[in-house]
Amino acid sequence: MANPVTEFWRRYRRNGAAVVGLAILCVVVAMALSAPVFFPTNPLRLVGPAELWPLTDARFPLGTDSLGRDIAAQLAHGAGTTLIIGLVASLVATTIGVGIGAAAGYYGGLVDDVLMRFTEIFQTIPNLIFLLALVAVLGPKIEHVVIGIGLISWTSVARLVRAEFMTLREREFVLASRAMGMSDLRIIVTQILPNAIPPVIVLASLIVAGAVLFESALAFLGLSDPNIASWGGLIGEGRLLIRTSWYVCALPGLAILLTVLALNLIGDGLNDVLNPMLKNR
Amino acid sequence: MNRTFLAVRRRLLQAVPVVFGIVAIIFLLLNLSPGDLVDVMAAEEQISDPQVLEQIRAEYGLDKPIYVQLANYVWNIVHLDLGYSFRHSQPVWDVIVERLPATLILMSVSMALALFIGGLAGVVASIKVNTLYDNLISVVAIIFFAAPSFWIGLMMMVLFSVKLGLLPVSGMYTIGGDYSLAGEIWDVTRHLVMPSFALGLFYAAIYARVMRASMLEVSGLDFIRTARAKGLGEKRVAFKHILRNALLPVVTLFGLQLGTMLAGSVVIESVFSWPGIGTLVFEAVLTRNFPLVMGVLLFGSILVVIANLAVDLVYMRLDPRIELR
Repeated sequence: MANPVTEFWRRYRRNGAAVVGLAILCVVVAMALSAPVFFPTNPLRLVGPAELWPLTDARFPLGTDSLGRDIAAQLAHGAGTTLIIGLVASLVATTIGVGIGAAAGYYGGLVDDVLMRFTEIFQTIPNLIFLLALVAVLGPKIEHVVIGIGLISWTSVARLVRAEFMTLREREFVLASRAMGMSDLRIIVTQILPNAIPPVIVLASLIVAGAVLFESALAFLGLSDPNIASWGGLIGEGRLLIRTSWYVCALPGLAILLTVLALNLIGDGLNDVLNPMLKNR
Repeated sequence: MNRTFLAVRRRLLQAVPVVFGIVAIIFLLLNLSPGDLVDVMAAEEQISDPQVLEQIRAEYGLDKPIYVQLANYVWNIVHLDLGYSFRHSQPVWDVIVERLPATLILMSVSMALALFIGGLAGVVASIKVNTLYDNLISVVAIIFFAAPSFWIGLMMMVLFSVKLGLLPVSGMYTIGGDYSLAGEIWDVTRHLVMPSFALGLFYAAIYARVMRASMLEVSGLDFIRTARAKGLGEKRVAFKHILRNALLPVVTLFGLQLGTMLAGSVVIESVFSWPGIGTLVFEAVLTRNFPLVMGVLLFGSILVVIANLAVDLVYMRLDPRIELR
């Protein structure tokens, strides 16, 4: 067996679309990392004439918005916001989902019943309305946005992990661990969880994509943190200018589209590598 | 008949703890929100006498311990009393019911579009698997799956309203338009085109992918080989045999996604100023009218529970082998 990283890459690159996705994501990450270098000042500062079309002024290659703020700077800084919110929200969702799913699948019975009803509650509540209500109640801060998105995204993880645990808990290695006198927590964390993790990684990458969309919708409605440059927020402010300067909406929307697309393609690619048995489904 | 009745009863009983849990979460959110009902009232009605405020608090039971308040809240909800919206000078229930038809029209048309377009695309892709059609459908589906719906809506607005002048920009009716019945239906239809596509295309993309996968899976099963061996034509096999069975996963998804679609209509309605529940809850959030926000949240959840029950019944109809858990 070769080096696991090269082996992983060899299998991943068989999916051409997934490689394209990874390339797009690399560009977005590069944008986010280089934003403080190329655009060192606050992107929400007024710097030029208002409603300047893209490719008309060399100082503002992508033009300016209704208040004369540089769109290129806002896009570059927005990339970081988008990625961090997406990643952390997915981490929150995965943690909640793994915790609840593992307990429900491992213990079964009454614990399972109660936890699954709890999961159904969050599946039933209209997700974005719940997010709006939560952020409105707690206040429009970035932490609250992240926690809110995590809270509406974990149910699929819980169901997946529960199903995995239900099949794994009867396997011999688990019985052996139990016979050795391992505690339940140790069996769950060190024995079953590592075997259940591959499909969870795939789902987590798809949740990042979903989280990016939720954040953009929230920012578009003007209910996210107003002091942070974000793609959705830029679209929300640009929608009033749709008759004259529709590029203000078009550009950040394209950025969201490409990022979410890239994350979905990467999810597909990871699925091919990590769950090879399901490849042809 | 009897079997259906038993299944419905079981599902209803299962829904009770879920609905109660939702009520508890909403009650918790209401209590976390800054200021209570009386503070909102005081701001709206401009009452400033602290003694009067205390009196109102006592009247509404807000000075009681929290579990008594929760019990009161549940008691009120059971009687369809979701609170009072001082901004509208109407009970929350009445405000919601007034705005409900617009949202139901938008949602049902979007769902129908999504099922039709997505289903058709999925069937075509599966029949012409691994051809140019299949690849084209996959690419379009994956793009609409990634695009924010509000952005699609805005871009359609730029193209069809601003540039081409074909469709009205926003709202549901033209003010001072034709008031005959046919004229009004035509008017609403024209206003409905962009919002319903903006909301529906995301789901169409999902259904196309699921439908394709499901058609391919079913077409590998034994009974399809039997049908072909009997000498049935390809069209008949595809539509009578494969499609019927391949629809099941789509129906499941349909049920699971009603809640997210209701939530998605908040964004689309506010893009197109569609006068439904979505714009209502958005305005309520902006004006911090929490009783109304929570009312919509509860109302929407119960709508989803009922719709899921209906989907389960359709499911039993489509596949009689399925016993409802």
